[in-house]
Amino acid sequence: MDITDFYDTFFEEAEELLTDMERYLLELNLEEPDAEQLNAIFRTAHSIKGGAGTFGFEALQKTTHLFENLLDHARHGELNLRRDIVDIFLETKDMLNDQLTAYRNGEEPDQEAFERICKTLQQLAEEEIKARGDGGDGSPGEPVSQPQAQTREEETETASEGESAESLLIALLGISEENRALLVEELEQFGTIIAQSGDTTRYEVELETTTSAADIESVMCFIIEPEQIETRSAKPSAAAEDTSPASEPDAPKATSEPSAPAEVSEPTSPSQQTTAPELAQPVAPQKPTEPKKTASKPPAKPKGGAESSSIRVSVEKVDQIINLVGELIITQSMLDQTVSQLDGVSNGSLVNGMSLLQRNARDLQEAVMSIRMIPMDFVFSRFPRVVRETSSKLGKQIDLHTEGESTELDKSLTERIIDPLTHLVRNSLDHGIETPEEREALGKPRVGNLTLSARHQGGNIIIEVKDDGAGLNRDKLLAKARENGLGVSDSMTDDEVWQLIFAAGFSTAKEVTDVSGRGVGMDVVKRNIQGLGGSVQIMSTAGQGTTIRIVLPLTLAILDGMSIKVGDEIFILPLSTVLQSLQPTKADLYEMAGEDLVLRVRDEYLPVIAVHDALDVAGAQTDPLRSIAVIVQGEGRRYALLIDDLIGQQQVVVKNLETNYRKVPGVSAATILGDGRVALILDIAGLHQLSQRKKEARQTSLDTSAKPLPTSTEVALS
Amino acid sequence: MSRLTSDALSATEGENQQFLVFSLGEEEYAIDILKVQEILGYENVTRIANAPDFIKGVTNLRGVIVPIVDLRIKFHLDKVEYGGQTVVIVVNVFDRIVGIVVDGVSDVMTLTPNQIKPAPELGMSMSSDFLKGLGSLENRMLVLVDIDRLLTSKEMALVEQVEQIEQVAG
Repeated sequence: MDITDFYDTFFEEAEELLTDMERYLLELNLEEPDAEQLNAIFRTAHSIKGGAGTFGFEALQKTTHLFENLLDHARHGELNLRRDIVDIFLETKDMLNDQLTAYRNGEEPDQEAFERICKTLQQLAEEEIKARGDGGDGSPGEPVSQPQAQTREEETETASEGESAESLLIALLGISEENRALLVEELEQFGTIIAQSGDTTRYEVELETTTSAADIESVMCFIIEPEQIETRSAKPSAAAEDTSPASEPDAPKATSEPSAPAEVSEPTSPSQQTTAPELAQPVAPQKPTEPKKTASKPPAKPKGGAESSSIRVSVEKVDQIINLVGELIITQSMLDQTVSQLDGVSNGSLVNGMSLLQRNARDLQEAVMSIRMIPMDFVFSRFPRVVRETSSKLGKQIDLHTEGESTELDKSLTERIIDPLTHLVRNSLDHGIETPEEREALGKPRVGNLTLSARHQGGNIIIEVKDDGAGLNRDKLLAKARENGLGVSDSMTDDEVWQLIFAAGFSTAKEVTDVSGRGVGMDVVKRNIQGLGGSVQIMSTAGQGTTIRIVLPLTLAILDGMSIKVGDEIFILPLSTVLQSLQPTKADLYEMAGEDLVLRVRDEYLPVIAVHDALDVAGAQTDPLRSIAVIVQGEGRRYALLIDDLIGQQQVVVKNLETNYRKVPGVSAATILGDGRVALILDIAGLHQLSQRKKEARQTSLDTSAKPLPTSTEVALS
Repeated sequence: MSRLTSDALSATEGENQQFLVFSLGEEEYAIDILKVQEILGYENVTRIANAPDFIKGVTNLRGVIVPIVDLRIKFHLDKVEYGGQTVVIVVNVFDRIVGIVVDGVSDVMTLTPNQIKPAPELGMSMSSDFLKGLGSLENRMLVLVDIDRLLTSKEMALVEQVEQIEQVAG
């Protein structure tokens, strides 16, 4: 066992802490900052610093150290927060995130960026805190000029020395022997171990240290659970100190303050090492603050608080359960089929039992699927930041509203919806909402509104990005489309015109801005959403705003399918792609050059794909007039599929074909039917390409007439 | 799993090896028993369109979609029939599960190193690259198939990135 084994835990927790930090920063009311929030922000920085120190992540530790000091001033009211300061804080948070990512990938963080942010933070500390100090409210500890700071430093050092002789009794509970050795090694970094004894259930270490018990706990909590460690002073006098300061809340403040500026003024010279003793020193003078800090004990909180209500489980484990439940459902429906053939009267109890089993299995499936579900808040929570930055860059005033944050969505989908959604939000901010001046001129309130909402509808989730801006301009879109050589006409419906913005390379922005308008993106947005099995709709009213609606399935693991029959084979079409089905008539079928067939459906001519031809199904109905045409939509285009029969709708569990095989053209995945057989789920666009290639191949072989048909292997490999 | 077993193999080179013996037509073949996961009957195989003819399709193995390869077609055997005797050997190579259709499974054999002879250049339907050698046992001759290399070979078209997998395995 190695300390690196704890890295992942640290990274995960630090990431969560940073997310919390950002949320608190954005929520801050600058006029009247909430003390609790400021404390919370401070704690997040402090916890990360502790962990970074333990693991020897130097840059991360230094940055958080500087940051923490500033935050400490802020929470004591010595630093007046302004918007630009919060911006710097947010930037620092991003930098910490970058550093964390670098460490996670086993790299060193960007040195230049690190120095820059340190400089910014130091400068901020000097300017802001000094300014207030000169303002003369007489509170100690603010001056930062070098000599003074040095005295402070000396003072604090003396102070810490005065207190350092304390020995702490640290009890490790329920730690295995190998882990214990590691932890003891870790403790050694804080001071000198005087004595150690005990067994795995309780192991006591007496440690002479300058570090406060709370700080040791904070650091250790990155490695073990907070309940697994107990600290108390070994000396009676120290114990008294430990318990009493609660009654003198001013004392900690007085001591912690002088130490902090001293640290701020400390140059980030390479001499500052990350080894624990040195890390411990600046923290040491804060010892009397212990009761205060325990009250808001940093690392234990996010973890301990969440622990009672949730556990961390790897996604693979959840997926495994989902798989097993899927199996159970299949077995259950197999049994069901058998039982339904039995006589219901003589086997009454069996039939009853089966229906009970069916209900339980469905409930179980639903419950298991819900494990993967996480609230949309996870997605929405990053938009205050996006809106804040984009709007200040564009000089617009925008209020962001969110609705339905608790709506749940499959985790894999939430992760993949973030990018498209960010793009849509930026687009709304940039092109949708007007500048305050323009808005005023139009008689609208200066502040624009952007609403993000999510709600369930049937088996789908509907996510909307709504703005009260200018709306889309039909004429401008049409003009732009003509300019780009897209085939458009004035008779197009509004819906069709709006869809033009999803065409590649299409942008109506007058100027290309930093934010958007380069004409890449909207097509990617649409493709990404379609890739998730969803669709995008646009509603827009000139002068009143635009609403972009994304409809997504709740999960990628289960699909609403339409089972179809071709020959003796059964295939599944995703129900979301199916628009209608009809019996083709001779009058509606048109033969084009070569073999191409088109079907007229409501004045639209759709390419016809004969499924039996594309997938080489033997014994299928080859006469189009006797087939059933299913109108489907794939990648924005509509096709008519010729099939033998529609069987019915059913929910299917999506299984990946590539796990053990390879990608198959025209097939997106597979599933297992009620009888245990595998059925392939068709991919509309892939099917069309396949059928085109086949026709072309036949055409060329006809042209050259001598050449044989390409073998199936070639088609599969191409 | 597969990496473990191949490591174990190289470590025990020079020791006896166990092989699962199966028949394709009149010939007897054998594969390393450690690659075998289980043996099934041949049923419920869903055809995959536009795949090579020796890929019979995919089947459901307790919720996992497994491709089925008919080695008899691959090795150009004259008689390819599916009946009660037709057996699918489920093998695990490079963390992939593949079922191979054979005419029957006979027994498990232990071969000593000197019973394994190098494979001659056959130039037949099967390149000697896919052979580990020939096992001679009294009056029987077993063709020892290197199932890893055979199933991940390009011509099997079972996997998309053969090179990558080999790299990982190497």
